Amino acid sequence: MTVPLSVVTAGAKNARRADGRKLLVLLPAVALLLMAFVYPLANIVWLSFTSPDPGLGNYVKLFTDGISIKILLRTLQTSALVALLTLVIAYPFAYAMTRVSPKTRGVLTILVLLPFWTSLMARNFAWYLLEQRGGPIEQFFAFFGIEGVVLLGSVAGVTIAMVQVMLPFAVLPLYASLSGIDSRLMNAAISCGASWTKAFRTVYLPLSMPGVVSAFSLVLILSLGFYVTPAILGSPQQALVSQLIATRVNQLLDFGGGGALGMILLLMTLVVLGIVSWLGKVLGGAKRV
Amino acid sequence: MSESKLSWPLKIWVGLVILLLVAPALVVIPVSFGASNSFVFPPKEWSLRWYENFFTSPQWTSSLLNSLQVALLAALLATVVGLFAAIGLQRKFKGAAALSGALLSPQIVPGIVVAVAIYITFLGLHLNGTMIGFVIAHAVIGLPFVIITVSTSLANFDRTLETASSSLGARPFTTFRKVTLPLLMPGVASGFVFAFVSSFDEVVIAIFLQTPSLRTLPVQMFESITLQIDPTIAAASSLIVVVTTAILFAWHFASQSNRKKVKQ
Repeated sequence: MTVPLSVVTAGAKNARRADGRKLLVLLPAVALLLMAFVYPLANIVWLSFTSPDPGLGNYVKLFTDGISIKILLRTLQTSALVALLTLVIAYPFAYAMTRVSPKTRGVLTILVLLPFWTSLMARNFAWYLLEQRGGPIEQFFAFFGIEGVVLLGSVAGVTIAMVQVMLPFAVLPLYASLSGIDSRLMNAAISCGASWTKAFRTVYLPLSMPGVVSAFSLVLILSLGFYVTPAILGSPQQALVSQLIATRVNQLLDFGGGGALGMILLLMTLVVLGIVSWLGKVLGGAKRV
Repeated sequence: MSESKLSWPLKIWVGLVILLLVAPALVVIPVSFGASNSFVFPPKEWSLRWYENFFTSPQWTSSLLNSLQVALLAALLATVVGLFAAIGLQRKFKGAAALSGALLSPQIVPGIVVAVAIYITFLGLHLNGTMIGFVIAHAVIGLPFVIITVSTSLANFDRTLETASSSLGARPFTTFRKVTLPLLMPGVASGFVFAFVSSFDEVVIAIFLQTPSLRTLPVQMFESITLQIDPTIAAASSLIVVVTTAILFAWHFASQSNRKKVKQ
């Protein structure tokens, strides 16, 4: 998220100072943002403190109803696991992308982008087919004598599908970071007598940390607010927070309670973002030294 | 660097990741040719009835047309608004960084929170289930893409060309139309494509804004899994997977052969 922002503001620094009239071009964007983003968000913040009764009732209820906190923690745990698994799968792949010919790299990039561009619904439906009772995954395990592996309706099933959906979001920032590492540094460490493992652990891995942090946090943030995959592959008994918000707002018409839960989710996202930018500064500082 | 530099374990890993990226989507294809009224994989009997249903049932055709219309209008709105915003953000003024952060923030706030907020607010404004409601909500989602792509184009844009044009007597609008816009076209076009695709694929806001009379294709697909068990979704998914793959590869090889021509 920080990369595009720097692109946007980089130009502003060296551009000449404009008179206020020229800033009128920003007006439509600001109006659109106010109407369909800022005002709605402010609205649910307001409702979370006022509906049905003014006060902190909705927030107190979240901590005392016994289920909201449990579901929030389950969501955080699931999202962290998704981010970790995605990272572990994506890292060697992104590393390989930096080592192949440009032609092969082009094909690998397309293959990473393919699920990114393919309809989210089509991919979730595919996972529904794979994980359903009598589906390929259950048949596969039954072939090896392990019966009854039905992932549909479980947190495990949601986690596996989300890892696949999130893979491109981890591969792309990782590749961007790894491609900037000078491969001669590894060779230098090895020629000085370090084993490949030691050279990787002490030279390459620390240099790749900014990419690791941004890939992990991007996947974590996207996973926290993800609705479609839990709604299709999960179950109400093992709901994640997005399902709980949707149920409260859409079926129970509890706008205040849903709003309060949404605010907590947003707060969690901002905390993750804060930690990431702090980590980025620490790691960036260490690199300069 | 040659490919032989990859060690065998790494090659196998890459192969497995490619399998994980590509293979799951392919299971929708056999199911789309099934004959029975269920999601059985693999189907026992074959037919084309789900394709026929996709192109003839009013439920599916209208949701496809709605999606195309919403995506086109939302992408147009996002592109025009985003183009001007990106140009405005290039100028140095107090709060430029904060404003660009705000304009990109719809990407960071959790999807479900944005959806619920828009739903509750549009309910009060009577925008739920209306074309204009869908277009405005999706335009905001597409806006960050346009601002990012156009800003990238602007970063490589030589401002003296505009000065040259106006010093030769062109009015500001003529300069914009004949000099600025053509040079920014790659950024504008890719921003439009991103905005179109993000709207066409958007489910969560659409689930909340839909009414039985105005429903987009992803919502129809969502309901056909969760409520209806309608295998037409397999036909719809297969068509989307095949068309997207074909477009991506065609674009990749077209741009590759273009590059070769430039080199020659």
